[in-house]
Amino acid sequence: MFHSETRIFKTSYAADMALFPLPIARWAMAGLAFVFVVVVPLVASPYLMTLLNLVLIAVVGAIGLDILVGYTGLISIGAGGFMSVGAYTAANLVVRLGLPFWVAIPAGGLMAALVGIVVGIPSLRIKGIYLAVATLASQFIIEWLINHVTWISGGIEASIQVPPPVVFGYKLVTPQQLYFFLLFFAVVAIVATLNLVRSRIGRAFIAIRDQDIAAEIIGINIFRYKLYAFAISSFYAGVTGVLYTYYLGIANYEQFGIDVSINYLAMIIIGGLGSVQGAVFGAAFITLLPEATRLFLTDFGGAVFSQDTIRQLVPNLTLILFGGLIIFFLIVEPEGLNRLWRNIRNYFRLWPFSY
Amino acid sequence: MTPKFARPLALSLGAAIAITAAWAAQAADKTILIGMQCDRTGATQVVGTKLCPGTHDLIDLINSQGGVDGWKIDAEEVDNAYQVPPAIEEYAHAKQEGAVGIMIYGTPQTGALNQRLEQDKMPGTSPGFGIAASAAGKYFPYLFPIAANYWSQGAAAVKFAKDQLGGSLQGKKIAYIFYDNPAGHEPLPVIQALAKTEGFELQTFAVPPPGVDVSSQTLAIAQQYRPDFVIDHTFGKAPALVIKGLKENGYSLNKVVALVWASGEADIMGAGGWGVAQGYNTMQFAGAGENYPVIKAIQAMYQKKGQSPPAAMQATVYYNRGVEQGAVWVEAIRNALKLSHGQKPTPSQVKAGFEMIRDYTLGGLMPPLTITAADHEGGGWVRIFRVTGEHLDPATPWFRAYRNMVVDKEDKTAEQVTAKSN
Repeated sequence: MFHSETRIFKTSYAADMALFPLPIARWAMAGLAFVFVVVVPLVASPYLMTLLNLVLIAVVGAIGLDILVGYTGLISIGAGGFMSVGAYTAANLVVRLGLPFWVAIPAGGLMAALVGIVVGIPSLRIKGIYLAVATLASQFIIEWLINHVTWISGGIEASIQVPPPVVFGYKLVTPQQLYFFLLFFAVVAIVATLNLVRSRIGRAFIAIRDQDIAAEIIGINIFRYKLYAFAISSFYAGVTGVLYTYYLGIANYEQFGIDVSINYLAMIIIGGLGSVQGAVFGAAFITLLPEATRLFLTDFGGAVFSQDTIRQLVPNLTLILFGGLIIFFLIVEPEGLNRLWRNIRNYFRLWPFSY
Repeated sequence: MTPKFARPLALSLGAAIAITAAWAAQAADKTILIGMQCDRTGATQVVGTKLCPGTHDLIDLINSQGGVDGWKIDAEEVDNAYQVPPAIEEYAHAKQEGAVGIMIYGTPQTGALNQRLEQDKMPGTSPGFGIAASAAGKYFPYLFPIAANYWSQGAAAVKFAKDQLGGSLQGKKIAYIFYDNPAGHEPLPVIQALAKTEGFELQTFAVPPPGVDVSSQTLAIAQQYRPDFVIDHTFGKAPALVIKGLKENGYSLNKVVALVWASGEADIMGAGGWGVAQGYNTMQFAGAGENYPVIKAIQAMYQKKGQSPPAAMQATVYYNRGVEQGAVWVEAIRNALKLSHGQKPTPSQVKAGFEMIRDYTLGGLMPPLTITAADHEGGGWVRIFRVTGEHLDPATPWFRAYRNMVVDKEDKTAEQVTAKSN
């Protein structure tokens, strides 16, 4: 094996908590950075870039939801609502006041966080499935408000067209240009969350998730920390909404419906709850799966079915396969793709001396 | 590596190679590719399962007759289940494969793709949905609604009510029942403006999503408000329930006109069949029924192959809209081939091809469609078909109403919407 974990000793808590527990992690990170910053943009076609861009946006949203659901243990089916709050906040700021993206993105996030707190205050006195229903209600209330208050929605088909982001005087329009834009925010989201969950606040979240009464007894203000979790998670959702708005050039609440909220929930469950890596895996998996199954079926279905039958079958088979794979994963590996990845990694860690 | 990992890896590698080979094989022959987004699943599957086969059948018919100037047309169909991210992925895929344009499906998807179309100079069509203001080709150069938008439909509905009520709406009452989403709100400004100029009283009745209960609204219309006419702009399951509800509460369906997405055979069947819906007025941007040369030609094509025509054909309203969509694309490509002198046309040439369509009726299935650089809506024509016996029979010729007002609104809104985003 090309690397060995012998002669590595940790002598302090700080070392134990470090972002890179092993020296190889630094090299791996440098390698990944090289691949995603240099190799991918050089090699990938605009089509692949488009897929990657959608994954990057989903990564931000999935990580945000994971902070709430995976780390703090509060179920939310309202992610889509907070995304539209971010989207419309940014769209209005950009169109009415002409503000640049580096103001609009945090502003969208902050507004979503604010709405998240407002929703959170009454909701957090309840738990579990009751909280899920309360967040579902917030989703519908936000949708209704945007649909009916033209001051927010712009009045024309409840959608606001926004210009592309401008960085150092360059308009970002092609998939390649947008890739770097989105990659930056996805990386910031990943690093920020990795640091958040090993901080005091993150540990409080985990304590609340594992046993809220015990957490309260050791001195964690449960209500406050739950509200933090709600606000931070909503902030991420809001940023996701803004990124979507910039990516599509339009803010439209119909793009953030209940099915989107459920898709994001599926991402973190399939990826593995309570892990940033899992959220990244899940975001990629759920975003790419429909496209992958479709390409697979259209290209290989021809051997078995006629063209006409394929047209009838493919859309439905894609749905069946999608649902089937989710159930398969939940049964075979309930801890998600992240666990699957760790199993593979651990196998090779000791290879070839597995015993 | 253990066999446990080796096998799936080898399989997926093999699959990847085969996919690449299949892609390479497709590009070889003389075909023109159109990206076709069409949802047979998801929120609008009632429409898609009928509309998508219509488009394919028309294109198959053209190809069986030798194609367009020797070029075969290939519409690569993809299903988004009415979601936006797949629509973006599939657009990028179609573009990579060399598509000359894209058939869009769904209003949010149209909004999401609009700026990309403009950047890539790629024409896209959104018949009967999408951005109403995109009729103004000056401001939305690459988006083609190619059929009456919600403003034209709303204006036409008012005109129809006026004609049915003896030529004047002064002092009359009109009820507008609509699905409470952005598309449902869309015709409202036009109808409200007309209420002022024509002097009728307007009351609105919103059906909240998902639109599976309209009993209180239909009761309020039929028993309390008792309007002289009803304009129905609902989607999905709601139209059937509106027909049923109004009928049960004793309101005459002769005095109801439905906009285009409440006008399918499925809505009539859902309400309890032809018998229940007698007199119901449906608005169409493609003719209903089977008595058109092009439909007969498609039936003959199937007969020649020894097959029976698809079941979707019986739902003539949506099927014919699919045929219309296909036919307009074929016509645009025919025009584009003139510009390209028989070479494979570029997307920009197909865009220009759309704008060269003049008085194209497809043997009566379509209104005299005329698309110009300024008017991407094609004139905003509609026709009312009334439920008579077990048919949808034409109750009016192709017509359009309050055209100046609608065009003015299209231009003003388009300017306002696009000015901000540039």
